[in-house]
Amino acid sequence: MGRTLFEKVWDDHVVTETEGATLLYIDRQLVHEVTSPQAFEGLRLGGRPVRRPDATLAVPDHNVPTTDRSRGIQDPVSALQIETLEENARSFHVPIFSMNDIRQGIVHVIAPEQGFTLPGMTMVCGDSHTSTHGAFGTLAFGIGTSEVEHVLATQTLLQRKPKTFLIRIAGEFPAGTTAKDLVLALIGRIGTDGGTGYVLEFSGPAIRKLSMEGRMTVCNMAIEAGARAGMIAPDEVTFEYLRNRPMSPKGEMWNRAVEAWKSLASDPDAQYDRTLDFDLTSLAPQVTWGTNPGMVLPVTGRVPDPSQAPDEVTRTNIKNALEYMGISPGTPLESLKIDRVFIGSCTNGRIEDLRQAASAIRGRKVASHVSAMVVPGSGLVRVQAEMEGLDRVFVEAGFEWREPGCSMCLGMNPDQLSPGERCASTSNRNFEGRQGKGGRTHLVSPAMAAAAAIAGRFVDIRSWS
Amino acid sequence: MEPFKTLDAVAAPIDRANIDTDAIIPKQFLKTIKRTGLGVSLFYDWRYLADGKTPNPEFVLNRERYRNTRILVARQNFGSGSSREHAPWALLDFGIRSILAPSFADIFYNNCFKNGILPVRLSEEQIDRLFREIPEQSGYRIAVDLPSQTVTLPDQTRWTFDIDPFRKKCLLEGLDDIALTLSHKDRIAEYEGRRKAEAPWLFTHTGA
Repeated sequence: MGRTLFEKVWDDHVVTETEGATLLYIDRQLVHEVTSPQAFEGLRLGGRPVRRPDATLAVPDHNVPTTDRSRGIQDPVSALQIETLEENARSFHVPIFSMNDIRQGIVHVIAPEQGFTLPGMTMVCGDSHTSTHGAFGTLAFGIGTSEVEHVLATQTLLQRKPKTFLIRIAGEFPAGTTAKDLVLALIGRIGTDGGTGYVLEFSGPAIRKLSMEGRMTVCNMAIEAGARAGMIAPDEVTFEYLRNRPMSPKGEMWNRAVEAWKSLASDPDAQYDRTLDFDLTSLAPQVTWGTNPGMVLPVTGRVPDPSQAPDEVTRTNIKNALEYMGISPGTPLESLKIDRVFIGSCTNGRIEDLRQAASAIRGRKVASHVSAMVVPGSGLVRVQAEMEGLDRVFVEAGFEWREPGCSMCLGMNPDQLSPGERCASTSNRNFEGRQGKGGRTHLVSPAMAAAAAIAGRFVDIRSWS
Repeated sequence: MEPFKTLDAVAAPIDRANIDTDAIIPKQFLKTIKRTGLGVSLFYDWRYLADGKTPNPEFVLNRERYRNTRILVARQNFGSGSSREHAPWALLDFGIRSILAPSFADIFYNNCFKNGILPVRLSEEQIDRLFREIPEQSGYRIAVDLPSQTVTLPDQTRWTFDIDPFRKKCLLEGLDDIALTLSHKDRIAEYEGRRKAEAPWLFTHTGA
């Protein structure tokens, strides 16, 4: 019987079957400052080295300031965490892109950019959005700090095999819709736990036509459906993206690698534990209205009324969410005025995302009551955007043009919402307090965020000229 | 890791679905480089009033009768979102050793077992019953028994639950995963040798 993409990658990485779990080899680990200090401390206490520093890459991203970095980090606690990462990288011989390195950026942006992420690999990071790398046909997932330590020490993890879930995308992206709208609508359909226990595979002609940036956006948010990972079979688009990246294989090694990667796609007769068909034909630009990514509607919709909910638990969920978001039942999404706009994150902080956002501006200005910022996903994305003149488009429209990092996606640095502020955000989570205590987050695509900045409220990008 | 065998303790109900790890422990507390001391910040935004210090009298864990809670009862998809192990660290530091819910998010579920916390999946009906009974009876205690895989209520109603045998063993014995894995270090080296021949590009990148 044929095997799925996931099964092929899994089978290639089985070291041994232990009494109750599979010992799985991990090809790459990304390390950032927030979830690694206790792991390195554990290694020290156990007198254990990092087994493969060459398979590990460290970068500070969560805490870094996105304004002028020449004065260092003002918050002493953040500064200590980043200094700890530097110190751990030094003592354990782990390569690191330091804060002022041009290659610094969000872990999930820099690894593909460098060719550190390659098809057919297993990859982990102490960060749930590690699912991003599945866009390359990589089995990539987030882990906790204990497992970060486990991988640093052994280059393996004890794992139970997840189930497989094929999501077949039919049709084409309607004008004005993007990978972000697809993945938000999908989470709206299956729920934030619809993928729990599964590795998702996305297939279909529209996926094949997506750029690597678009594919990364889709896989990035697989975790928001609760999935262990999201994957897309590698193809020419993947190979073109990776060719000549600094850490990609070169010469004869490249040819050998591409040959191997071509065999990763799921076999035609492969079986999945679950399958879902998702038709793009009626996809509209999406806006979340509540406090998890599954609470999402087309921009033309009205927020739900808890009194219409089918059961008590749903009623409570809607009621709590609307209360926190400060929205009355039945309010049209397009009538919601916003205070802030955040364009960036590991979901939508890549060059294509910035191009899409910039193209919605067309010489207009950010509304006077809105404060908007653009935070490139990496130093290299920033440089590329500046070469294309996108920074000027943003700055002239009244956006702030920032240094790279996770920034207001989670607000561990000073980029935060104030209580009650409403934000159009291209990030991945609209949880209570995620972008700042009392902050109200609406997740949207980059172009929708840029248009909202100008209009001062949500607008339908399809009728935005 | 402290082993988990049995626990007979006060249970507190948090009647919400999809409780995410941002709610369990907000971002500002992730800047620590230690595992301990997070208990005081557990459920920070719900537990304290706007000043960040005064306990919110409405929040369940602030009520006198739930002071000694060691078991949480919650709705579906508990622990969704971020992979932060700070979430189980905060729960453990507060004193929580077991969580009963219809379902858990994957990474959080896994992280619990690395910290001696037992997450128990019960049916929606069983959880509904707990949400009805606990508020009605002060000092409501639940007995969680890992060896027999049972949960016992005050009226002696006994439910069984499923758990992966390997996870159960690790929790019962408080096993150190890394030591266990390193007992296979020859197999790991053998795998690396084989893989290096098959896919050499996985072992030779130009480096940072």
